[in-house]
Amino acid sequence: MIQTLLSIGLMAASALGVATFPRSVLVFLLFQGSLVFVYRARIPELLRWSLLVVALLVLMPVIGYFNGYYLEVATQVGIFVVLALGLNIVVGLAGLLDLGYVAFFAVGAYSWAIFGSPHANIIFGGGFPLAGGWFYPFLLIGLCTAALTGILLGLPVLRLHGDYLAIVTLGFGEVIRVLANNLDKPINLTNGPKGITPISRPPTPFGLPYGEYFYFLVLLLVVVVVIVNRRLEDSHIGRAWEAIREDELAARAMGVPLVRMKLMAFACGASFAGVMGVLFSAKQVFINPESFTFLESIGVLAMVILGGMGSIPGAILGATVVTVLNLQVLKGFSLWLNELKNAGVTVLGYSLADLPTQFEPAKYERMVFGIILVLMMIFRPQGIFPARRRQRELTTPGG
Amino acid sequence: MIRHRVRLVQALLAVLAVALVPASELGAQGKGTIKIATQSPLSGGQAALGEGIKLGAQLALEQLRGNLTKQGFKVELVPFDDQAKPDVGVANAKNIIADKDILVVIGHLNSGVAIPSSEVYKEVDLPMISPANTNEKITDRGYPSVNRVCGRDDVQGPVGAEFAAQTLKIKSVYVVHDKTTYGQGVAEAFKAEAEKKGVKVVAFEGTEEKSNFDPIITPIKAKNPDLVYFGGIYDQGGPFFKQAREKGVKAKFLGPDGLDSSDLVKIGGKTLVGLYYTTAAAPSTSPQAKKFGDDFKKKFGKNPEPYASESYVATAIALKAIESTVAGGKPPTRATVAAAIRKVKYAGMTGTIEFDDKGDPKKASYYVMQVTSDNPEKWGENKEAKRLAIAAPPLKK
Amino acid sequence: MGMDFELLVRIFPEVLLDGIILGFMYALIALGYTMVYGVLEFINFAHSEIFIAGAFVGVEILLGLQARGLLDGFPWPFILLLALMAGMAASGLLAVAVERIAYRPLRGAPRLIPLISAIGVSFFLQDLIRLVESLWRNAFNLVYPSIDALNLRLELTETMDVSVKSLVVIVSALLMLWALHLIVNRTKVGTAIRAVAEDQAAASLMGIDVNRIISLTFLIGGAMGGAAGVLFGVQYGLINPYSGFIPGLKAFTAAVLGGIGNIPGAMVGGLVLGLLEAFAASYLSLLTGGAFGAEYKDIFAFSALILILIFRPKGLLGEVVRERA
Repeated sequence: MIQTLLSIGLMAASALGVATFPRSVLVFLLFQGSLVFVYRARIPELLRWSLLVVALLVLMPVIGYFNGYYLEVATQVGIFVVLALGLNIVVGLAGLLDLGYVAFFAVGAYSWAIFGSPHANIIFGGGFPLAGGWFYPFLLIGLCTAALTGILLGLPVLRLHGDYLAIVTLGFGEVIRVLANNLDKPINLTNGPKGITPISRPPTPFGLPYGEYFYFLVLLLVVVVVIVNRRLEDSHIGRAWEAIREDELAARAMGVPLVRMKLMAFACGASFAGVMGVLFSAKQVFINPESFTFLESIGVLAMVILGGMGSIPGAILGATVVTVLNLQVLKGFSLWLNELKNAGVTVLGYSLADLPTQFEPAKYERMVFGIILVLMMIFRPQGIFPARRRQRELTTPGG
Repeated sequence: MIRHRVRLVQALLAVLAVALVPASELGAQGKGTIKIATQSPLSGGQAALGEGIKLGAQLALEQLRGNLTKQGFKVELVPFDDQAKPDVGVANAKNIIADKDILVVIGHLNSGVAIPSSEVYKEVDLPMISPANTNEKITDRGYPSVNRVCGRDDVQGPVGAEFAAQTLKIKSVYVVHDKTTYGQGVAEAFKAEAEKKGVKVVAFEGTEEKSNFDPIITPIKAKNPDLVYFGGIYDQGGPFFKQAREKGVKAKFLGPDGLDSSDLVKIGGKTLVGLYYTTAAAPSTSPQAKKFGDDFKKKFGKNPEPYASESYVATAIALKAIESTVAGGKPPTRATVAAAIRKVKYAGMTGTIEFDDKGDPKKASYYVMQVTSDNPEKWGENKEAKRLAIAAPPLKK
Repeated sequence: MGMDFELLVRIFPEVLLDGIILGFMYALIALGYTMVYGVLEFINFAHSEIFIAGAFVGVEILLGLQARGLLDGFPWPFILLLALMAGMAASGLLAVAVERIAYRPLRGAPRLIPLISAIGVSFFLQDLIRLVESLWRNAFNLVYPSIDALNLRLELTETMDVSVKSLVVIVSALLMLWALHLIVNRTKVGTAIRAVAEDQAAASLMGIDVNRIISLTFLIGGAMGGAAGVLFGVQYGLINPYSGFIPGLKAFTAAVLGGIGNIPGAMVGGLVLGLLEAFAASYLSLLTGGAFGAEYKDIFAFSALILILIFRPKGLLGEVVRERA
């Protein structure tokens, strides 16, 4: 009973809070916290899901009306959730350590960027950009292109495992980035570091503003991807992957077709990234190779690990935590400190305005990120929402 | 069990309380506050340059806000870190436009971040004045609220080419760039103009390498050009030219304003004496520039980085525009400030700045400087080899 | 267009030399990766920061000497040795500390977990170095003071010369490799390390203190990295807290190329990678008429790695790690 009241109350209160104080980062974090609370609380399923649906479909857009920044954060979280779910298949389910996942994201993004912008005229001489409506079929095209790239990556690395696989995938990620940065001669495919712009956006239904449109589209894609993931996990393909992850030799002995399954894992994981890549380029209107660095790959990997490998709610939470951390928490903290400085607040007689500029928290994001990674690995390696098998594996002694 | 619940509730209430404290402060600041935001990379590899932009703006704000504070306004700086990434820049931009007190954005460092972010600023007519974005696309879109105080790649490159061809009488040049929007942009413009002037471009190479340029230098030495042009920033240009000279390359050296920093000779020392660079910032021997350098050092304890002076100028222009539009006791609207910026005529350490109808400085003076000493302290005494006043290209229809 | 064959041949010896110098640098860094992998089967992602930390300690020593006007007063081998010792000590101890705090608690876990922890340590150290340098010196893009004697160039042939500092890099690398070889193969401690690398359980049954040996491995690997860092700074001049990442990555590739866990393999891998990179950088644009230039040198190296791993998955000299039971 208490939990029911708490969940409804928290959500309502925090939503109201954001409406009243649209620029307070902490209140928005509270709102997000209330969502997590609702997810875990011991309340009837119907209530839980109706609250979540209301929060995501109604409250979020309203919040977005008060401060578009939060909608942007939510959309970016959504994009990374799908990426994390995709990587979850490769790393979490099939146990293939992929350190260059962002390459598939880039492939998807560039596929729409090239054809959805005047850039393709340089290659083909005319007829571009494609009308905005082509965005939807390109979601599929991006998916296929990325899946193909996944298979291309999978083929040469079939015999490698563990750390060799990791380094090769890392190299692959770098290769894609360097190609993106350099394929502006002899034929100008990617326009190099200058990036491609402007990229067409699809016409929105009901004349929705783009912020809201992309938010809902991302939400829809997240739902679809979660469903696909669930079905895969429970199918014989999913079980084959888990068998490969646990013990490749035994899996082969049991008749699991290793080559086909590994390639399928890469292809499936890559396809999710490809779809989000297309969406990403339409949303940003401008892309260049700087969005697809090793750091992003590690970021997505961290999301999967922190959330809990092989676990869908884990991937979702991991993506949320890492994105919010990067985009909001540290920046918000910095901004808050800055405002205190400007207001001349003193702490124990020491005026904050005198704090050397070196101490701006936003600058030390990497440090905080690094500490979180280390601490999580030492104290809770199974992640925040572990898959049940993983939990047993990592917490029973002698495991 | 119950205790857990109570603790949880207590914790949540505590967080709520803390959350509301700054929130209430924000509420109270609604009246009479004017904010200027900066967006530049404050973390990661380009942090040193991004810091320069922030600190330059900070200095300008503190020195020049007197007129506004006397009228009862609070004038504040809100720095943002765009991490040199477009997604972060856009996310910050959305946050910036939600804060009604922010009237101008000084930023960015990277054109790749500035372009998508300025699309966001455009939604609310929030003016942006860039101290460092040199890509032509920034202003070629013709947005009334986007401006820059620095030069353009498609002008600076040709300035270098003109100097090389006419004054240095170069016959062959080897071009290297750093594969960024800036370096490649200015190098391509240089190459195009050089070829037009009959100079043979023997090679056009890009590299992301930051430390070891030996393998790139070997072919340069073998081809023996009259001039080596590097499109990029001093932290790459310095080691590159130094290693080239040490390896025995005898050519003259030329580069764009990314090389304009005393740190260049700190890195390269004697090998870089005689190097030429183009810049749109007046030599720091002018008394204004010298005062800026001294003030900066006094306040922040180090020499100004590149773009700090441009950032100072940009902030000064912003403040002047705001001053001219303040009516009654209320801060002006963003659109008003944007329009006012286009009317400002500011005489500062980088020259007299006035914006044309797309936001470029009307007649930018470009200087070609030559390094005279390997002492970083004497950077201000670099010799001026040539001065040109060039208008920015008009808006292409 | 037309390939200038004479040009290609003319620059060959110089490119070869560049490649060798670069290769030795990579080899030194690769040693740290390979030693730790040999003993623990674990990629120490943070080694790139341990490497650059050594470079920073070295630069602080040199800058400190310069500030006191002592830089020109002493003979350069002495100063260099001082910087090297300091860098090695700092990096070695840092590596030991990192192992204790971030890796030891994770020793039994599946291999992904300590890997993530290592990545976390890597990020943490990058910003930590930045913080420390910002507070100490208000700048973190540091320049190695020039030592004139090191910049002298010696003529090898009539078209080619080499700087003293490049020779110093090669000589130091060779000395350290030889010293490492002696330690690992001729001393009791080295035997213990090899024993632990081969079979941890059996080694501990034979009375070897496994924890101590592991710490020692990190100490030696870290020290090698620190030395590489100081030499890196001396050779190329400019360092910042983030400049360890790419050389570290390439050095790790080199270690894998030569056969991870294999000490001579690290050296071979380093040299091969250095040569590949130098040749790609110098020749690619000449060979392709400008279509593909030096910017492709990194992926050239990576592609070579992938090819070698396809045909020889254990690397050039083969893995020397225990078989999984």
